[in-house]
Amino acid sequence: MVAINVLLLFPLAVALAIFLVKNDAARSMLVRIGAVITALLTLVVVGIFFKDGIRLSSSIEEIDLIIVVVEVIIAAYIITLGIRSKRYVISIFSFLQTAAMLVFEFGFKEGITVETAIVFDKLTAIMILVIGLVGSLICIYAVGYMKDYHNHHKEYKERKSFFFSILFLFLSAMFGIVLSNNLMWMYFCWEITTLCSFLLIGYTQTEEAKNNALKALVINLGGGVAFAAAIIFIGMNYHTLELSVLIQMKPDAVLMIPVFLLSIAALTKSAQLPFSSWLLGAMVAPTPTSALLHSATMVKAGVYLIIRLAPLLGPTSVGRIVTLGGGVTFLTCSLMAISQSDAKKILAYSTLANLGLIVICASAGTQESLWAAILLIIFHAVSKSLLFISVGSAEHQIGNRNVENMDLLMGVSRKLAFYMMIGIAGMFLAPFGMLVSKWVAMKALIDSKNVIIVIILAYGSAATLFYWAKWMGKLVSKVNMGHKNHHELSLDEELPITILAFLVVISCFTFPLVSRFALEPYLTEVYKKTALIPIETSDIKLMLCMLSMLILLPISFIPVYKNDKRRKVPIYMAGENTGDNQTFYGAMGVKQKVEMRNWYMEEFFGADKLTFLSNVLCTAILVMGIILLIGGLA
Amino acid sequence: MNLIKIIAIIILTPLVGGLLTGFDRIISARLQGRQGPPLLQPFYDVLKLTEKESIEVNSMHRFFVYVSLVFVVFTTLIMLSGGDILLAIFALTLGSVFFVLGGYASNSPYNTIGSERELLQIMSYEPMVLLTCIGLYYAQKSFFIKDIISATKPSIIYLPGVFLGLVFVLTFKLRKSPFDLSMSHHGHQEIVKGITTEYSGKDLAVIEVTHWYEVIISLTLVYVFFATVSPISHVFAVIACLLVYLFEIIIDNSSARVKWQHALRSAWVVTGVMGTVNLLILSFF
Repeated sequence: MVAINVLLLFPLAVALAIFLVKNDAARSMLVRIGAVITALLTLVVVGIFFKDGIRLSSSIEEIDLIIVVVEVIIAAYIITLGIRSKRYVISIFSFLQTAAMLVFEFGFKEGITVETAIVFDKLTAIMILVIGLVGSLICIYAVGYMKDYHNHHKEYKERKSFFFSILFLFLSAMFGIVLSNNLMWMYFCWEITTLCSFLLIGYTQTEEAKNNALKALVINLGGGVAFAAAIIFIGMNYHTLELSVLIQMKPDAVLMIPVFLLSIAALTKSAQLPFSSWLLGAMVAPTPTSALLHSATMVKAGVYLIIRLAPLLGPTSVGRIVTLGGGVTFLTCSLMAISQSDAKKILAYSTLANLGLIVICASAGTQESLWAAILLIIFHAVSKSLLFISVGSAEHQIGNRNVENMDLLMGVSRKLAFYMMIGIAGMFLAPFGMLVSKWVAMKALIDSKNVIIVIILAYGSAATLFYWAKWMGKLVSKVNMGHKNHHELSLDEELPITILAFLVVISCFTFPLVSRFALEPYLTEVYKKTALIPIETSDIKLMLCMLSMLILLPISFIPVYKNDKRRKVPIYMAGENTGDNQTFYGAMGVKQKVEMRNWYMEEFFGADKLTFLSNVLCTAILVMGIILLIGGLA
Repeated sequence: MNLIKIIAIIILTPLVGGLLTGFDRIISARLQGRQGPPLLQPFYDVLKLTEKESIEVNSMHRFFVYVSLVFVVFTTLIMLSGGDILLAIFALTLGSVFFVLGGYASNSPYNTIGSERELLQIMSYEPMVLLTCIGLYYAQKSFFIKDIISATKPSIIYLPGVFLGLVFVLTFKLRKSPFDLSMSHHGHQEIVKGITTEYSGKDLAVIEVTHWYEVIISLTLVYVFFATVSPISHVFAVIACLLVYLFEIIIDNSSARVKWQHALRSAWVVTGVMGTVNLLILSFF
């Protein structure tokens, strides 16, 4: 009990302290210590409660009151913000949800008692580990990154105190979301994360940043409206505010209405089509923000909610609608990623696609598919945060973040290139995590008769392979060895990158254990039916065998061929190589630089065309869902 | 026992694959009105390659070729010992990706073009190959080849569309025209030597041997469509493999390489039509 409160409040206290400290060195130290303690607290809490879990009731009325007060303050801030920036939708959304919640709180909540406000089960434990460990590593990384960032970008006002304190506030809110069983509390934390993401995206205060921040705010507030509506609907009709009670109800046509609303809220937060534009816009923020939004926090809140709702989604038509929406997102975002050359954009599209995959798995709602969904969250969080922060550092090392220029990286910082490759391998290659989950997902989807989705998976996986492999290709090709390294990797950056790289590998070795001790008990409890690991033991052995083979690979980076007797020759350029492998004799004997570019296939996978089409398609799918609900067919 | 089996698979597979390639070269020659080399020519070629001096452009790129071979052999082991077909395909993809990375690592313009094209080919055939595995699971309720080939009815009865789609994309995997964009046996339509431009000597020999394994892997995919619990069906399955291979050789010799746009589009459309329709129909029953 105490431990959980500490876990919730500690990041909050750190946030406050950082906000007040203005000395740079002291603040950096504070961030580091705060992050380390948060990570340790996470481990302690999970250590204490993992085995039996815990359900806490809350008899303190004051908490609800504090929440209401804070909500009103936030709403007042957002409403004035909307009016000042002439985005009246923001004001309207904020006003609507806050007013509705206030009326509900003081007019209708009487008589609804919340038995258990906080639930800590195996799923919560996994989420807390992901948020706490990955989140605090990103915070540490941010210390090193932001220093470089402001050296590179003198034009932005330095607001690091603000930045770091929002990071910690974000972690606290995320802990709140995954611990709350009381929907009102969850909604409160939900809105806090919306606000935090708005503030983080707008950090640089350029026109673009402001616009994108407002876009994120609009979309997520829209989701918030749906969330609020769902809570009020549940409260009025079922006289409960507990998530655990909700998911044990019989899925009939009426119950599907709040479930649909909650799903909409989850889809906006997870940036699924047609609500995805905010996450792509969030790239303008400094890299630690993106790393946090994409891996441990924010988008994971959405899929977490869908996983909680999974028993209600399953084979119902709302479930099918959500699955289909996730499927379209997965496919089109994987295709669009091919046409991108900006590393952060590729990562953003891949996040959308992977979240689509998680949404598919969660909303398919069978034991096996849920197994895949939860594992995907873990694997995706570690791999994606590793990739984001290594791209951030690479940007500082080679001057930009275009994948086309990453062929320099091997010469500039071998270590960074290597860790980046681990991250990429983690995203799509065989014995690594994402693929394991994708594999189980396929099986689960066939078993639950989602043929169309399985076909979508087959195409999407092929596209995924293309864009990751060509990026990896750039990393292994080593050109222009003369490039000078501008920066040494600071320890603040190197340490989180190294740890995350190890986590990617370790998570792949240990997934059978995670399955055995966390996923199987959790799924057994939720479905009241013994869950088994969906992969055959012989396959797991083979996969671990493959993984071990891959681990031996770095041998290629150790120069074992030093004593190689082989004759080195210049590369073939139709006989016109000038001898340095960089240039050739062109017409009139002029030296021409060789440039090798990857394929982007704009005409097939150009983002403009596909974005429009896929947004239309996904909107149509959601509208279909609404029609089904109104018709009472759900 | 197990060890003997593993060693047998590792040794016999390239022998059969090499023989098939020799057979391929004779048939191709006859189709072109030539006498053609002896059946064992591919083996002579590889032996000769191993005796040549190996030159290289950097010390990294050949490494990827060896790793690629290791994973292709691994795939063969999984498949021929009746393992999980989906896992085998994933291992094969891993092998292919390493091969592509080798092309990039050499940093040569021609190799890089070959790598991009090889990636495009993988992207083109991958959906159909995955749908094949999924179709087999639909039909026989198992991903394990040993279960699939001990069913009472052959899978081809349930999956004629998927089978045709698979035969279509095997052209990519067998590196046959019109879909031999990344490396080709037809010099007249090749950009220098595609993804293998910078390889020579032993490394090139390794690539050739890898291809022999891949031929067997491809034909195993055909095999599982026909084999059942009755022993005679295995004879039919072998005949089916040979017919498919012969068919691919004829296609190879009667068509010119297409543009990549066409390759990608046709493969995905055929996958969409053949695979999807077949699976949809199957899922209704």
